[in-house]
Amino acid sequence: MGRYFRDIYISVFTVLKGMYVTMLHFFSKSVTVQYPKERLEIPKGSRNQLLNIIEDCIGCDQCVRACPVNCIYMETIKSFEGDELGETSTGRKKSLWIPSFTIDMAKCCFCGLCTYPCPTECLIMTDVYEYSKHDRNDLIFEFADLDPIKAAELREKDAIRKKEKEAAKLAKLKAKEAAAKAKAEKEAAEEGKTPEKKPEDNPDKKTDNSGEENS
Amino acid sequence: MTETLTNPVLTLLRLIPGVETLSDGMQVLLSGFLAGVILFAFIAVFALYAVYLERKVAGHVQDRLGPMEVGWHGLLQTIADAIKLLNKEDFAPKDVDTKLFTLAPFLVFMTALSVFVVFPYDSQVSIANLNIGIFYVIAISSIAVPAVIMAGWSSNNKWSLFGAMRSAAQIVSYEIPVGLSIICVIMVVGHMGMQEIVEFQGGGFWKWVIFRSFPFNFIAFFIFFLGSLAEVNRTPFDLPEAESELVAGFMTEYSGMRWAFFFLAEYGNMLAVGLVGAALFLGGWQPPFEFLSFVPGWLWFILKALVLIFVQIWLRWTLPRLRVDQLMYVCWKVLVPFAFVCIIGVGLWEVLT
Amino acid sequence: MPEIKTEDVYIELGRHPKAGFAAEDLILQMGPQHPSTHGVLRLECVTDGEIIKKAVPKIGYLHRCFDKHAENENWQQVIPYTDRIDYLASMNQNFSYAITVEKLMDIEIPERAEYIRVIVSELQRIASHLIAFGTYGLDMGAFTPFLYAFRDRETILDFFEKICGGRLLYNYIWIGGVSHDLYDGFKEECMKFLDYFEEKIHNEYNPLLSFNKIFIERTANVGIITPEQAIDYGLTGPCLRGSGIDWDLRRDDPYSIYDRFDFEVIVGKGEKGTVGDSWDRYMVRIWEMVESIRIIRQALQQIPEGDIISEKVGKVVKVPKGEVYGRTETPRGELGFYLISEGGKGPARLKSRSPCFSNLCVIEEMSQGYMLADLVAILASIDIVLGCIDR
Repeated sequence: MGRYFRDIYISVFTVLKGMYVTMLHFFSKSVTVQYPKERLEIPKGSRNQLLNIIEDCIGCDQCVRACPVNCIYMETIKSFEGDELGETSTGRKKSLWIPSFTIDMAKCCFCGLCTYPCPTECLIMTDVYEYSKHDRNDLIFEFADLDPIKAAELREKDAIRKKEKEAAKLAKLKAKEAAAKAKAEKEAAEEGKTPEKKPEDNPDKKTDNSGEENS
Repeated sequence: MTETLTNPVLTLLRLIPGVETLSDGMQVLLSGFLAGVILFAFIAVFALYAVYLERKVAGHVQDRLGPMEVGWHGLLQTIADAIKLLNKEDFAPKDVDTKLFTLAPFLVFMTALSVFVVFPYDSQVSIANLNIGIFYVIAISSIAVPAVIMAGWSSNNKWSLFGAMRSAAQIVSYEIPVGLSIICVIMVVGHMGMQEIVEFQGGGFWKWVIFRSFPFNFIAFFIFFLGSLAEVNRTPFDLPEAESELVAGFMTEYSGMRWAFFFLAEYGNMLAVGLVGAALFLGGWQPPFEFLSFVPGWLWFILKALVLIFVQIWLRWTLPRLRVDQLMYVCWKVLVPFAFVCIIGVGLWEVLT
Repeated sequence: MPEIKTEDVYIELGRHPKAGFAAEDLILQMGPQHPSTHGVLRLECVTDGEIIKKAVPKIGYLHRCFDKHAENENWQQVIPYTDRIDYLASMNQNFSYAITVEKLMDIEIPERAEYIRVIVSELQRIASHLIAFGTYGLDMGAFTPFLYAFRDRETILDFFEKICGGRLLYNYIWIGGVSHDLYDGFKEECMKFLDYFEEKIHNEYNPLLSFNKIFIERTANVGIITPEQAIDYGLTGPCLRGSGIDWDLRRDDPYSIYDRFDFEVIVGKGEKGTVGDSWDRYMVRIWEMVESIRIIRQALQQIPEGDIISEKVGKVVKVPKGEVYGRTETPRGELGFYLISEGGKGPARLKSRSPCFSNLCVIEEMSQGYMLADLVAILASIDIVLGCIDR
């Protein structure tokens, strides 16, 4: 019987205590902000949308290799003789054309791993976080500023160069097969030009797995 | 209907030109229709702002602001929500018992609506002053039980059925302590008509029933309040809708306007128990002090009810909910014995004085 | 359509037609879309009315092949994936992976980095326990504690965002150190927060929820895990300690620099009911937050200046051949990584031992005979994260 009344007493007491705690909050200031009207300040170094300052990009491909979800696609073409590509803002000479530099923000997992190895610090994470789109394809951002006509031209030129190189390589092979040692010296002069390896998009190599789950 | 009373419905009815030419039957029908419209409008408007109040209280309790966008400080938010609900597709899931499924929300709402007929809104103002007013309230509110079971059963959903069964058990059980605590009031007043009960309490707040035969009616008031919380399914007794356990209880399969009727009924019931509590224990339209009688009676009545509703909302955002067996424990082993003690106490008090 | 006779139905159900109607068990699918399964868990419940006869967890809705995925990444790239194992305690997951790889590489990391690691992982423990506290309240029908928990968790996430840029998934603790140094003024801000938060635990969380009679009634004597059961099922973390077993990797298998701090291991004592009930598990989390505050205070006072990442770890992480198992105490228990390296650019094989999976296994045994509402209480007291279970 004593326990019965004690339980009732404790129940009433703790309920009133809880009500007291919540009552104090009627008078406390709200901790939320009215989002579209007021915004919280985004701290420096916050990781949101990726931005590539293409003027500074030297096309080194390090970010592509660093990305764990393969959301960065880059195409580079080695410059031709006489091309003037200019310098980055840090004074580094560019030697590659970048016809396309694409980031799929729908895949991005905001780990920031791509920004650390960037030698010219042109790939950065900005404080832009409101870029919702109706179509998933709108989340693929293209940063290359190369004129498409120019890019096509370059690609054509590059293809010709490749063909030439392949032809040269083939000729080299054939020549080797022929075991014409006499020609070996002549070819050695050309050997400095190794065929350029072109990094290619490989979008379906790995599954994208950047989704965040909420409890 | 006694002619000395001002009946707002009949007053309105007389304003309609040519109503005298109609037959008596038609007049009754028309007055019933008018009463329905008025009460519906009253409950709907109240529900809109009770939801607003609830959200605002919840917001401030939780260090938020609550609705702020639509209208000044979100005053029109619930209206926007209601319009959204009205626009929703009238949707019934496959394999539901269509008749019961359709009928249930309206039946629930009807019970909520019917209760309002007997309340004494002001001195001499009530739509129907029955001499068994409070008895009528208890009787009518019980109709909600089969309606809820109908909703739960017809939904063809296990969660809904759980919710309905819990709700039925809960409402039926809690009617007993509520009824017993109301008996305490009736024993003091000696009359069951709502208007008479309120008139009995005139002349200052110390004459209110809650302070009569102290402390028995005081305890009875708390029993009534807790029981009414359970009857309208509010935390800590919101088991029928316990969203963390039963998804949404008996309303799981409802959407759109049908769901809105349940919602209206819930808030209508909240107001109803608030008004009953105010009328029975807190003096209804009587002002707490004589000199405050210049404030209209209906305002006092609504204000007292709103205070009770505010406490209901406050409790909701403070407490966890009970388990089914604990709910029954509270009802049968705590509230009912205490209510009996109150009845005995009030009885002795009345006999001795 | 042929006419169906009642007798036929009885025969089909394996009963004699004259035996009459017998009550059947109700099979209830709780989840994968249910408000209190904390994600996409499905519990197949066999119930008799509201009494649970059996509740079998069905998992796999959130499987992301983490272990296999890691084999295709390099050492550094695995870290963002570890974030996502238990997305409520990402720092601890980073930490666990990093110390496992470091164990294999056999390197020492700078003192400052060690302290930063401890500070962030204890802050993360508080943030994670806050979620456990809040969702427990929510599952019990009390909404307000949830919002209070999120309010305070927000401050911790703001710290993390200022430190490393991420709010939920950090990629902060790297192999050989941490990626960013603490910002200026962190120490003061953090100390201020700890003072504020300790006061909140005692004056807000406990009176509002922990010691509320209704809450105690709902959780005490519900879902009791005996110490023997806890060991049999391999429970770790607050679930194990709630059952009265004094075991904490931070003290019993000290990693990093935990042996330098003075803290207590909280054990369930059965104050309000039986040892190992839901209330004990819940209270272990509450008092662990207080202990974490103690650890962070000590770490903030002792933290030296210096490097934040080991110089021995170059731009490309090179891990020698070998096998290793490393483990840490995350907010939910022991998270271990078993790594096999063949000297390549990434792990040849990675196996993670997640605490939530072992903790969830016990639910089938402990939920028997309780009511449906208790199942929710039990589930919440285990504090599962589906990302951690399914990986």
